[in-house]
Amino acid sequence: MLRGKQTWWFEKRPVIIGEATVVGPDEGDGPLAADFDLVHPELDMQQKTWEKAERLLLEQASEFALQNARVERDQIQFYVGGDLMNQIISSSFAARTLGAPYLGVFGACSTSMESLALASLIVNSGSGSFVLAGTCSHNCTVEKQFRYPTEYGAQKPPTAQNTVTGAGAVIVSDKGAGPVVECATIGKVIDLGITDPFNMGAAMAPAAVDTIQAHFNDTGRSPKDYDLIVTGDLAAVGHPIAKKLLLQDGVPINETVFTDCGLMIYDLEQQKVQAGGSGCGCSAVVTYGHLLKRLKKGELKRILIVATGALLSPLSYQQGESIPCIAHAVAISSGKE
Amino acid sequence: MATKSKGGPKYKKMTMSPKEYQSFAKTMEPPRSILGNCLKAFVFGGGICVFGQCIQELFVHLMGMTEEAASNPTVATLILISVILTSLGVYDKIAQWAGAGSAVPVTGFANSMCSAALEHRSEGLVLGVGANMFKLAGSVIVFGTVAAFFVGIAHLILGTGGQ
Repeated sequence: MLRGKQTWWFEKRPVIIGEATVVGPDEGDGPLAADFDLVHPELDMQQKTWEKAERLLLEQASEFALQNARVERDQIQFYVGGDLMNQIISSSFAARTLGAPYLGVFGACSTSMESLALASLIVNSGSGSFVLAGTCSHNCTVEKQFRYPTEYGAQKPPTAQNTVTGAGAVIVSDKGAGPVVECATIGKVIDLGITDPFNMGAAMAPAAVDTIQAHFNDTGRSPKDYDLIVTGDLAAVGHPIAKKLLLQDGVPINETVFTDCGLMIYDLEQQKVQAGGSGCGCSAVVTYGHLLKRLKKGELKRILIVATGALLSPLSYQQGESIPCIAHAVAISSGKE
Repeated sequence: MATKSKGGPKYKKMTMSPKEYQSFAKTMEPPRSILGNCLKAFVFGGGICVFGQCIQELFVHLMGMTEEAASNPTVATLILISVILTSLGVYDKIAQWAGAGSAVPVTGFANSMCSAALEHRSEGLVLGVGANMFKLAGSVIVFGTVAAFFVGIAHLILGTGGQ
């Protein structure tokens, strides 16, 4: 049911009955390593191309999510997924392996929450009982498509972010035990004219702020209703900007813990990742790997994930266009009250 | 079926104009040390040149080449080293520290070609390696040739070039 202007309220309380995350070596060296189902020690994952490696991540995450949910592959009624590659090839090729009816979505790095919101909507509307939502990214495929060849020696500025190698998948169902998807706020495209593709945190911060405010306006909730509000991949430059903007607009964000997946996934002191993590995999592996575990343990009761995405392409920024950005927020509760 | 929350919206939407936001975002960027980066580039780039000079001296003194004859094998040696370091995945890590120091000398040019060739090998030899090898280096060649053309014209007009 629509609540307010842009928020879906899931009164049937769709449940995340299983989740899984698979990551690469850098994420395995990070502070959340223990929360992932599988850590690949090599970036190529013994595949011939980077693209095949990225696809493998998503296929493995989907497979493990099915196992964790104790659901057979043919029980999956719909698969909603997307990624950063041109024509979202990683998700579509993974869907070929999965063999389930498939909806491909693109929201850049916000795809994690976009697909989770849609999967929950399908379940809430009674249109499906087992829906898989998943996304992935690979550092090298993204470098190759959006920046330079992976081995090219270009110095990255401190505002740049390191694309996460990882995939996360969840199975949303109308019955069973697990964290509950309460509602989702679908973001608008916001563009305040930032043109630097090496400073996407600053480009995306206003989109996150817009969606967070819309979420509170639509639901009547405030920051203190959440134990944790976490943005997707604003990292060390964008996250403080978002915080300042929220405080400026009178949102009492200090009443809760406000952090960012791009800051959590790596050890920014030890790992050479500039401002932090980014990519579709960033919010997916932090949310599905780390945060859902904390919800299940009872450390957190209710969280809001605001996945942010920069909707640019190499073509658009070479033509001098600014970076349009989006953020989708999903509220997840432990389902134990 | 939309249910309206009671009263007006709780929080007013952002009022900052794009111009205001861009200058605000600029102030939030971590500082970059121009002097530090210049120094690193100078030291590392200079280091490569000193190393190149050493190789040339070896060719001159050990193999009895003239200085002019030694310059070609010297450049080839530097290119070979750069390509090996690129293939081992080391060159980009050095470049993050060295900046322009590793980009400007001939080693940077070799790195740009080798990295593109490696990256696009998966798309085949012709459409992958062949078509993409000059993806980054191509503009150096184009503008290098254009610049040489205009310098040549200037020499001709001023009567400073040639014999």
